[in-house]
Amino acid sequence: MKAWVLGDNVDTDVIAPGRYMKFGIEEIARHCLESVEPRFAGEVKAGDIVVGGRNFGVGSSREQAPEALKHLGVSALIAESFAGVFYRNAINLGLPAVVCAQAKRINAGDELAVDLERGRIENRTTGETLACEAIPPFLLAIIRDGGLLPHLEKKIARTA
Amino acid sequence: MAATLAQKLVAKAAGRASVTPGEIVTCKVDLAMVHDSSGPRRLKPRLERLGAKVWDPSKLVVITDHYLPAYDDESRKIIQIARDWVKEAGVDAFYDAQGICHVVLPERGHLRPGMFAVGGDSHSPTGGAFAAYMFGIGATEMLGVVVTGEIWLKVPHTIAMDFAGALSPGVSAKDIMLFLIGRFGMDGGQYQAVEYRGAAIRALSMQERMTLCNMTAELGGQTGLVASDEVTLKYLGKGEIWDSDFGAPLLAHHRFDASGLAPQVAAPHSPANTRPVTEFQEKVDLAYIGACTGAKLEDLRMAARVLKGKKSRVKLLVAPASLRDQEVAEREGTLGVLTDAGAELLANSCGMCAGYGPNLLAANTVTISTTARNFKGRMGDPNAQVYLASPYTVAASAITGRISDPREHLA
Repeated sequence: MKAWVLGDNVDTDVIAPGRYMKFGIEEIARHCLESVEPRFAGEVKAGDIVVGGRNFGVGSSREQAPEALKHLGVSALIAESFAGVFYRNAINLGLPAVVCAQAKRINAGDELAVDLERGRIENRTTGETLACEAIPPFLLAIIRDGGLLPHLEKKIARTA
Repeated sequence: MAATLAQKLVAKAAGRASVTPGEIVTCKVDLAMVHDSSGPRRLKPRLERLGAKVWDPSKLVVITDHYLPAYDDESRKIIQIARDWVKEAGVDAFYDAQGICHVVLPERGHLRPGMFAVGGDSHSPTGGAFAAYMFGIGATEMLGVVVTGEIWLKVPHTIAMDFAGALSPGVSAKDIMLFLIGRFGMDGGQYQAVEYRGAAIRALSMQERMTLCNMTAELGGQTGLVASDEVTLKYLGKGEIWDSDFGAPLLAHHRFDASGLAPQVAAPHSPANTRPVTEFQEKVDLAYIGACTGAKLEDLRMAARVLKGKKSRVKLLVAPASLRDQEVAEREGTLGVLTDAGAELLANSCGMCAGYGPNLLAANTVTISTTARNFKGRMGDPNAQVYLASPYTVAASAITGRISDPREHLA
């Protein structure tokens, strides 16, 4: 899974620009990150991983930001830290957001494997293993169900 | 044990005697607010998929503000979905084209000290000005709230921002926030509760306190809080005092002297890119007074104090944050001062701040704006240059056509 590496404070306006927010996710995703990484939307492959620095996803509560990344096939996000609302949105959409203090050790194009259960990232290009914060079990359950909506669907089905 | 205001509010919502920072609790939501962009258009299909209903329609407030005035088929459809859905869902508290949600919500009496509330917008911490725990969430999480009436929370630590003394004339809550964001960065709040206290904060009006709590979003806090006091109770006409206990444990306690604070300006493309106004003299093409954080009645009054009897040398756009604020501003003459100075009035909505509407900044336009964020491309072209400042500073800059210190323009 190839890494796309971005910097600190990647904001929701560059991930999901406001002027496209009136459209569906397909159109928003087409413009995802275009002002900072114009190749991204066209070249990202299913399974790729987006790596940020500090405070990834700062800004708006618009969940179309993580939704656009997921729509383009991104399988996980790794960052030194995430903005709080963005982090919750990513999990709620079933997109793993992994906090890794050593995220800056990852280079663009590195092949990565993320082990959510054990809280570690294997960098197959450099041979390094990076420790990351474990995701609490109740959030992991939401991710495994594919997000909060299918998670609620299961819950409602169980109580019905 | 001594508890912070944030701990007390969360404990009440979690049905607990006390809570400890870091633990994860489930809170009952007293009030949920959504707007046209994050609300009905995203809730409706998901509720239908779940076959679920709103847990308590009396606790949901719906406000249209992002896609107003509607200007094409997409925006008209988004607004229409909101209008139709509130009837279907039995939501009585629907404010259509009345202004920006964060301003309309307290203006119509929906917030009281002691409440636990969520909003489908990142500037929802604004509600913390009323000693209510309020924070922003995304649409899917809002769906969870709307179905269950509950939400999980990691009990926050509290970071105290303590301002002694008094703000100088021409310096406002916006300057406090730009200063703090510049000082601590956009993640300085660490997604914890940021509590504003001290004599300079106590002296602020409710709308100025709202500006503090509003821009806690840019400071990276989960919520911003101001303890309730006689100013709060006078504004609301009722309510309880909610405050931190003396000696309650804080993650950090930062102390400042408000009297030493100069007007602040944040240069492109980050609210953290802040320096005192005296270090700027860039020419501007446009002055924008708008948004929940920068065009409330108090904000319009600040601009009018500077612009009284003067003319703007550049295009000056004013989008009052609520219809009610605009009406008061009109009656008392504040609005007349602005239009006499050459201001063009825009609708009571989010307008250019979020870049959702038809008015977008062209490439290389230099704008000085009372809004909250100057991220690259947010208000239009990625090469537009947006400087953030207080209504005082934006008004002074409109007069000179350059970023200017408002203290030189106040009589």
